Amino acid sequence: MPGPLDRNRIPMRYSIFSLAAQTLKGHRGWKPAWRDAAPKPAYDVLVIGGGGHGLATAYYLASQHGITNVAVIEKGYIGSGNVGRNTTIIRSNYLLPGNTPFYELSLKLWEGLEQDINYNAMVSQRGVLNLFHSDAQRDAFARRGNAMRLAGVDADLLDREQVRAMVPFLNYADGRFPIQGGLLQKRGGSVRHDAVAWGYARAADRRGVDIIQNCEVTGLSIDNGRITGVETTRGPIRAGKVALAVAGNSSRLAAMAGMRLPIESHVLQAFVSEGLKPLIDTVVTYGAGHFYISQSDKGGLVFGGDIDGYNSYAQRGNLPVIEDVMESAMALWPGLGRVRMLRHWGGIMDMSMDGSPIIDHTPVEGLYLNAGWCYGGFKATPASGFCFAHLIARDAPHEVATAYRLDRFATGYVIDEKGAGAQPNLH
Amino acid sequence: MRIACPHCGPRDVQEFSYLGDAKPQRPDGMDATEAAMADYVHQRDNPAGSHRELWYHGAGCHAWLVVTRDTRTHAIAAVETMAQARAGAPA
Repeated sequence: MPGPLDRNRIPMRYSIFSLAAQTLKGHRGWKPAWRDAAPKPAYDVLVIGGGGHGLATAYYLASQHGITNVAVIEKGYIGSGNVGRNTTIIRSNYLLPGNTPFYELSLKLWEGLEQDINYNAMVSQRGVLNLFHSDAQRDAFARRGNAMRLAGVDADLLDREQVRAMVPFLNYADGRFPIQGGLLQKRGGSVRHDAVAWGYARAADRRGVDIIQNCEVTGLSIDNGRITGVETTRGPIRAGKVALAVAGNSSRLAAMAGMRLPIESHVLQAFVSEGLKPLIDTVVTYGAGHFYISQSDKGGLVFGGDIDGYNSYAQRGNLPVIEDVMESAMALWPGLGRVRMLRHWGGIMDMSMDGSPIIDHTPVEGLYLNAGWCYGGFKATPASGFCFAHLIARDAPHEVATAYRLDRFATGYVIDEKGAGAQPNLH
Repeated sequence: MRIACPHCGPRDVQEFSYLGDAKPQRPDGMDATEAAMADYVHQRDNPAGSHRELWYHGAGCHAWLVVTRDTRTHAIAAVETMAQARAGAPA
């Protein structure tokens, strides 16, 4: 149920006609995609964190629940955090029942996202291919593929020759880690991540949400166990409900409410090569090391690997992991040795103790938590916003997010896809 | 990042393995409540700033070290052996 709309300040709808009209005007008539709002004294819902998840939450609060007296506050600018620091992959190839339906909802939302928010996010379902290199790994991947298919998710187990037909340029002569096949999710792929932030921001703004940038939260106002608002660098803001969507900094915000979380912040590095002609038309992950690669529409090869492995808020990493990623790249695809690196960057991940996220109430009434996305937050953006909005609006978890409880670490119902235990740098 | 191992001198971070926050202390044996054990296993302060953490020098002296490091800059302020840390040597 959409909320009331103020027709006078709705920006134009993007279409072939608006594009043609602007072309004739030399593209001088485009308006900013969203208002740069100043904070009002009070809101029904205040979403802290103007990343993908926070903006999606605000959008779905407005579009699904008719709650439009909402502000998103962001300490930097829209797109400056992890929504612009990931490697843009989307997929729903998860094994465990707590995860599979959630990520499949996310992939379905991705499939309809551009029409829903009237924004070209370049959703490209070019497939995600997970390679395996041993009999044991094939068994594990076959099991995961079967679990996916039982949950209604597409999965195809490919043999070596089927993989070779898709990606003939990989190293098929590796004696130590021979490519034996792969698990392919054809509906996986990539999305232009900046457009996700901008598209959700614009769509939320159209429905009346205030997007407040350069506004850092300095404290949470809590009265008798109930949240009443926040203190910010742009003054206090009162709110009936406050929603934290600040992955990377969740522990810092939670500490303002006197909470400790089952989370460590870690730095994850990502890499882009110089622009190249079309070279790889899918997403490939290496099964013998942590490495994955795809190609952006601009031509750069986008790839990444492991987190650095120690607590960090620095948004930059160290050389050993860069070396490790490049070694994996060369092992999988020796032709990459001719490619030059263009740039790399780091983002801060909420590494949770079981490798899975949290979408739940907190012990503080009216304070909601969306955290612990590890390095899988980007693909989850639509479902995270959808389910978080559901939780905030109805005070009950969405049916696909019931397992993402904050208390699961105490009760033992952890969702540990890797079986690595409570050691965040191993997830 | 280089860690100045008290036994081996300054060494590349690749020689070390990271465990995590040095603060949590395992509750004592059978006396521990479930809540205390869950807290020990899962809950972390995760500060942005000075952090005392455990590193293992696997490619060197095989000692566990307590490193005081700023998580915002990765600057290392102190490296102690476990014996020094247990004796309460200043960080």
